[in-house]
Amino acid sequence: MAKKQKPKLAVWKFSSCDGCQLSILDCEDELLSVVGEVDVSYFLEASSMVRKGPYDVSLVEGSITTAHDVERIQTARQESKLLVTIGACATAGGIQALRNFKDVKEFISAVYAKPEYIETLSTSTPISEHIKVDFELRGCPINKNQLLEVINATLNRRAPNIHHYSVCMECKLRGTTCVMVAHGTPCLGPVTQAGCGAICPSYNRGCYACFGPKETPNTASMSTWLKHLGMKDEDLIRTYRTFNAYAEPFRKESEAHAK
Amino acid sequence: MPSKTIDVDALARVEGEGALNLKIKDRKVTEAKLRIYEPPRFFEAFLRGRHFTEAPDITARICGICPIAYQMSSVHAMENACGVQVEGSLRELRRLIYCGEWIESHALHIYMLHAPDFLGYDNVLQIARDSPKIVQRGLRLKKIGNELVTLLGGREIHPINVRVGGFYKVPTKQELTPIGEELKWARKAAEETIQWVAGFKFPNFEQEYEYVALRHPGEYPFNEGNLVSSNGLNIPIKDYEENFIEEHVAHSNSLHSHMKNGRTYITGPMARLNLNFDKLSPSARKAAKQAGLKPPCRNPFKSIIARGVETLHACDEALRIIKEYTPPAEPAVRVSPRDGTGYGCTEAPRGILYHRYAINKEGTILEAKIVPPTSQNQARIEEDLKHFVEKHLRLTTEKLTWQCEQLIRNYDPCISCATHYLKLNIEREQV
Repeated sequence: MAKKQKPKLAVWKFSSCDGCQLSILDCEDELLSVVGEVDVSYFLEASSMVRKGPYDVSLVEGSITTAHDVERIQTARQESKLLVTIGACATAGGIQALRNFKDVKEFISAVYAKPEYIETLSTSTPISEHIKVDFELRGCPINKNQLLEVINATLNRRAPNIHHYSVCMECKLRGTTCVMVAHGTPCLGPVTQAGCGAICPSYNRGCYACFGPKETPNTASMSTWLKHLGMKDEDLIRTYRTFNAYAEPFRKESEAHAK
Repeated sequence: MPSKTIDVDALARVEGEGALNLKIKDRKVTEAKLRIYEPPRFFEAFLRGRHFTEAPDITARICGICPIAYQMSSVHAMENACGVQVEGSLRELRRLIYCGEWIESHALHIYMLHAPDFLGYDNVLQIARDSPKIVQRGLRLKKIGNELVTLLGGREIHPINVRVGGFYKVPTKQELTPIGEELKWARKAAEETIQWVAGFKFPNFEQEYEYVALRHPGEYPFNEGNLVSSNGLNIPIKDYEENFIEEHVAHSNSLHSHMKNGRTYITGPMARLNLNFDKLSPSARKAAKQAGLKPPCRNPFKSIIARGVETLHACDEALRIIKEYTPPAEPAVRVSPRDGTGYGCTEAPRGILYHRYAINKEGTILEAKIVPPTSQNQARIEEDLKHFVEKHLRLTTEKLTWQCEQLIRNYDPCISCATHYLKLNIEREQV
């Protein structure tokens, strides 16, 4: 009987910290069984061997910040049957999207002695602004169990079981006392998508929204509550402008306080 | 005289995006450029205006492989600016979480990124096909490092529990007990790892390096100490910028570092081991000697053994900390901002990571300067390549390319950090 051909997997990197693709290698218990099911055809961080596309599944990490990458992401799309973006950089532009609110020329001269050597765009944008994306996995970094679920679902041609509700749901599920209600600790859990497992509140810390905005977040009400806890407009701007600063609900809310 | 150009698109098994250009003419390397084209992300620029307490969370995002290093350098720099010294159990917990990052990062590099070079494989998956038990050992070792970071930090990548002044929550003695049992297995696995890699075939290549590392009177360095070098430098970390200079070169989005006298230098496991051999745990020192590694060691290919030795040391140190641990009264000490400048320099798995911040009394960051280990090693890696290629011109292009990539990986370059990545391009003009 002919052996079934394994689906070809590619991992692409754009502007990022490499942490989300590292999450694949961090699946220490599952790594060997996952690679038993797929043909790892392009994954430069882990292998020198490169097989040509097309690929059945592509995982894309990082945001678009250079003219060259604007073209390269088109190639990634053309070479991929299914394309999944992983992490806050790929889904929202990442922390490097803070440049979108400022003058990038000034940024370049602040870091580099010879600005003429630096080629960069004035913005850092999510992958979905450039191509059609089949699924977006959130997080800074992504959660590896969610990653395994997305890979599993994709290989088995079903929709990934990823919730879009808030971090509050995860706190309730794990029985964590609300840090905002009980201790007055500012927490972005109510407007942030679940997926991390509500780690911060379980460490007596408010959520800082590294999984980005939940579905239909009420950021205006969130801001009112944060103001009750003593935050000023400038604090609110910083609070919404972190790893998912350019995600629309957070962008708009931060702009509302910048006026 | 035929000339030849070789292109290898993008160096693999490094963290980030880079390329190497080599030009060879009349048996001499006329140009060796390690090009880092990972796009710039401008951390030092957007840190200005942020609150000083945000630095550990923001700078962690420079690197998914060594976020603890960024968190540690930034919190120490901020505390230095505010005149606070974190002591006792909190200081020990910071060393403990760093042990976790060293174990995780070193196991990743030894097993998944570097060993394939020595064994003639493209990746760890091929090793797993032929020697599954070895790879399973590496994966479990790596996992234990990650578990330690997760226990103290909340998660392995971009941990959430580190703050200026200490932690948000500290573990009870009982919570540390299970990982202690795992670490006992890990230290055995680290010993086996050292024996395994010591049996690899190492290219005959020795260079005169100036090694630079932290040195602390009482311990193998993680977070504190003076900066010392194999040529006699001994300075407090606040004098770093007076002794080391960053230069912006056209072929790289990473700034190159030199010593003030123009010389290149090397930081990382080989530098630490050469300069702090007497501070290793007794069993790590013994294992190093048995593996034939004792100072002065100048063969960069043997850095894979040094990573093994440091993995064992990190297991021993973690076990010591867990044994002696008593929880601190508070999870963090209070740090109030004031006008001033603070310096932090800690030992990331791949070498010294320097941070300097100017802040004001409202706690706003006015200026930030970050010098990662890879940008410090970059100039010396280029020199290594030049010398290595000139010595090995007889090799076929394919073999030479392989060994150049292996040579670069000796330094575990983290290009995401340094971008400020690798494509191999060898132009040969020879008889």
